[in-house]
Amino acid sequence: MNSLRRLGQYVLDSVEGLGRASLFFLEVASGARKLIRRFDLVVQQVFAVGVLTLLIILVSGLFVGMVLGLQGYNTLSKFGAADSLGLLVALSLVRELGPVVTALLFAGRAGSALTAEIGLMKATEQLAGMEMMAVNPVERVIAPRLVAGIISMPLLAALFSAIGVLGGQLVGVGLLGVDSGAFWSQMQSGVSFHEDVLNGVIKSVVFGVVVTWIAVFQGYESVPTSEGVSRATNRTVVYSSLAVLALDFVMTALMFK
Amino acid sequence: MIQRRQLELWVGVFVAAGLLALAMLAFRVGNLAAGAVTNGYSVQAEFNDIGGLKVRAPVTLAGVRIGRVSSISIDPSNYEAVVTMELDGRYNNIPVDTSASILTAGLLGEQYIGLDPGGSSQYLKNGGRIQVTQSALVLEKIISQFLFNVASKPGAEKK
Repeated sequence: MNSLRRLGQYVLDSVEGLGRASLFFLEVASGARKLIRRFDLVVQQVFAVGVLTLLIILVSGLFVGMVLGLQGYNTLSKFGAADSLGLLVALSLVRELGPVVTALLFAGRAGSALTAEIGLMKATEQLAGMEMMAVNPVERVIAPRLVAGIISMPLLAALFSAIGVLGGQLVGVGLLGVDSGAFWSQMQSGVSFHEDVLNGVIKSVVFGVVVTWIAVFQGYESVPTSEGVSRATNRTVVYSSLAVLALDFVMTALMFK
Repeated sequence: MIQRRQLELWVGVFVAAGLLALAMLAFRVGNLAAGAVTNGYSVQAEFNDIGGLKVRAPVTLAGVRIGRVSSISIDPSNYEAVVTMELDGRYNNIPVDTSASILTAGLLGEQYIGLDPGGSSQYLKNGGRIQVTQSALVLEKIISQFLFNVASKPGAEKK
């Protein structure tokens, strides 16, 4: 009986959390409209969220592309189709790996930092202090971070895919001897801008919204103690990774028929 | 704390690099440069059976790609497949008695439309119709026809 009650409590808490997160998102979105006049705040956050994530994205993208080149070559050469290596590398990166791996890395690198920062601001009562000075912390602190995340994520995903393709070319053409012309021409004839590249960008925008939203919400809602902040950071990474993978499945099912 | 100017510079570099990567994906990886049909025109053709032809499949003339299949539908009056193709505006001198056939790249490859130019002095215009068509070869039909021929040959039963 007791466990049943706890289950009910858990469900109610989850639904309530979802509702709070949605209302919070609306509040931040309406606060974001006033950012046009304070765009320097967004630029500052794009630096923290985007530029500082750049290195890990570029290195991971390069290695993912190179591994795709090696593995794809091994399998494709069995069927005498090693010329299609470029197509394989580009399609897997542009459609799936680019947006998804970038979003996972983004959640780990930028999302956790956002949560910890906002959580600490709350724990040290900086947010309350702002309210005392009649500064709305949602507009001043949260909204620029959300907008910066939404701007940065597609750019990071595009960089990941682009450098991944170059990595695949490095291994495929440079190391394994696939013909350079065939590599690029098969890629160009098989990858469609509207269906593959654009859908990948849409995916990464959605991931950017979701990951940053989860991160700022967890930070804003965290229990203002050191343990609370650490738990909130943990939850950000877990929730946003799960959300990214689940959303990716849904979007892939809708986009690519 | 990092200098404000330097920070803005880095953000600018980041945004520019991201947009550059996007442009590379569009033009170098994707087919935006090749797929942009300049003032193209569309023609239609009806086929009995299109086999595995798909939208965006290439349309070729003498092996050179001059367009793409833009849509495939069914003509409800005679149950034939209506294939609409978008041809490049540079090739606007294709005779009206051109024939279209559905071919396969390689043995099991992708299917595409091959155009065979006729001799008429009138040219296909936007919304025109290709009259002479040849359907796709469906492997199962060929095999069953072949087996039927073998079985119906006199003396096939005794071995």
